[in-house]
Amino acid sequence: MDNLTNLMNGFGDVLTPMNLLLALIGVTIGTAVGVLPGIGPAMTVALLLPVTYGMDPTQAFIMFAGIFYGGMYGGSTTSILLNTPGESSSVVTAIEGNKMAKAGRAAQALATAAIGSFVAGTIGTLLLALLAPQVVKFAISLGAPDYLAIMVLAFVGASAVLGSSRVRGFAALLLGLVIGLVGLDRVTGQQRLTLGIPQLADGIDVVVVAVGIFAVGEALWVAAHLRRKSAEVIPVGQPWMGRSDWKRSWKPWLRGTAFGFPFGALPAGGAEIPTFLSYATEKKLSKHPEEFGNGAIEGVAGPEAANNASAAGTLVPMLALGLPTNATSAVMLAAFTSYGIQPGPLLFQRESKLVWALIASLFIGNTLLLLLNLPLAPAWAKLLQIPRPYLYAGILFFASMGAYAVNGQPLDLLLLLVLGLLGFGMRRFGLPVLPLIIGVILGPIAERQARIALQLSNGDLSGLVGGPVSYEIYLIILVLIGWPLLRRYVVRRPQDRHLSPTG
Amino acid sequence: MTQDRVHVHVRDRKQYGVCAFLAIVAVLVIVDASRIHHVASSNDPIGPKPVPIVLGALLLVVAALYALDVTRGGEGEAEAGEDIDLTHPIDWRTVLLLIAAFAVNAALIDPLGWVISGSLLFWGSAFALGSRHHVRNLLIAVALSLVTFYTFAIGLGVNLPAGVLQGIL
Repeated sequence: MDNLTNLMNGFGDVLTPMNLLLALIGVTIGTAVGVLPGIGPAMTVALLLPVTYGMDPTQAFIMFAGIFYGGMYGGSTTSILLNTPGESSSVVTAIEGNKMAKAGRAAQALATAAIGSFVAGTIGTLLLALLAPQVVKFAISLGAPDYLAIMVLAFVGASAVLGSSRVRGFAALLLGLVIGLVGLDRVTGQQRLTLGIPQLADGIDVVVVAVGIFAVGEALWVAAHLRRKSAEVIPVGQPWMGRSDWKRSWKPWLRGTAFGFPFGALPAGGAEIPTFLSYATEKKLSKHPEEFGNGAIEGVAGPEAANNASAAGTLVPMLALGLPTNATSAVMLAAFTSYGIQPGPLLFQRESKLVWALIASLFIGNTLLLLLNLPLAPAWAKLLQIPRPYLYAGILFFASMGAYAVNGQPLDLLLLLVLGLLGFGMRRFGLPVLPLIIGVILGPIAERQARIALQLSNGDLSGLVGGPVSYEIYLIILVLIGWPLLRRYVVRRPQDRHLSPTG
Repeated sequence: MTQDRVHVHVRDRKQYGVCAFLAIVAVLVIVDASRIHHVASSNDPIGPKPVPIVLGALLLVVAALYALDVTRGGEGEAEAGEDIDLTHPIDWRTVLLLIAAFAVNAALIDPLGWVISGSLLFWGSAFALGSRHHVRNLLIAVALSLVTFYTFAIGLGVNLPAGVLQGIL
């Protein structure tokens, strides 16, 4: 097994005292920031970017792996103890988790979430290690038209499938693509949308966009509607589980993982669908269906595992194709590019050591997370009580610091503010932010692939389609776009059986 | 989205503003693209022009479809969250004060340095968000700025200016 050898070498690179310390710091600050109310995993990674600026890529990746899983777990702690989840992917965890917490079983809810995340994260990372090289092998055979098709699929998936309104999804996507246009055209050096501002010639840094939309936009939006009385936090002791809790949890963990990983790995998958599927499945299979809605442990164990496995799954297209499929992987991709590292098939060939070190650190981060979270949960719960003015002032403070540190120019702070206001408006009018970020990141790459394809066909537009998989992908895209029409004829099932997101 | 609403619903007319915004961006993109000289060569047959023009056209289409959706009663759901209370209207005073704190930081970071501008940013934001413990806030703000400056700028070599405090810090 070639992959396993590589993975072992990766562990060899990572397992030094210094690197383990970095992983531990990453997990700790990732969880601490992720636990803070209103901060989801994507914002956690975006806000903590500057922490890694001074490091070499390997060390930075090790820390990112910790921050990534820490931020994920922090989010579920918040939804269990506070109920109102910050991310759509932890909506389901909140339904049963918060009921359990209110019934005095917060410790068990946190424990099944932590152990379930560990199980799902470990299996998911293992699948990532086995699958990503296969995807790379396949991806190397693809040409420019195929890549273009895959990116169009990511655009359509993020805009039309994941959100609730297609037109709003596409509006967000197009705004993102326009932001991606700003700067010098890479082929001809012509200025586009720079408005005569010299600093804009290099384009708008993706990190600035991510921090502006996620952190500043969110802080402004919350500030505009700040709850004057903070939500009540349920006190919690040391997480633990009794024998019957274990018995009721382990199957949902595995089933949740099985739901989560494939959805995460698909360009239009996301974490919402698998968490809902996992919840519905556990409810159907449970011996205690009457407990659902009143705090059933299966309803925490399954969706939480699905959520984490989906997060591991998103790393497959992210690393192997350079294709982000959720907000967190989009921000991670932005972070990688800021190190001059372009994820994609070539990454596995050129920087194979780095990739395997990252995958090994994902295992380590995941394990550290479990060791850290079981004893520290009561401390994390205290973070939920931080006074809100300090919390959101702190977000703006760190967001500004991170955005300034990218290029050291004050103009980036103004851009950050403008993008923050854009993010504010998008939250006000229900425009999803994910398509925008994906548009900013993938837009320039998609344009480059399109132009390479046209160069190969001497400008004939038929050159945009071709290659081994582009036809299949365009077929999938047509189905995705035509789905609302198709559904009327194909499926005759009441649509309102989905859980209401307000829980 | 397409379900018929039985009760009479006050439509969120401000959504038309979003359509207008999209249309303005579309026009801006198209005008900007039309100003680019046509540069095409054998290794780049289409040049930098067509992509922005296509995007601008698509934006116009989406703006129109968006307006159609709004007239048919479509509504975007405002984002909910842990600390968000959507029963109140937007508190513009807080938002404007935050923008002011933000702008002060952007204006002062180069001349005065991160420690001073960052402190003002944190203090101003906490004030905007309703905290009235001025002295405690100032202490926290200065402590945060100093800690971040020493850890990131001096410890990790991150780009943060010392400004007027150059030589003192």
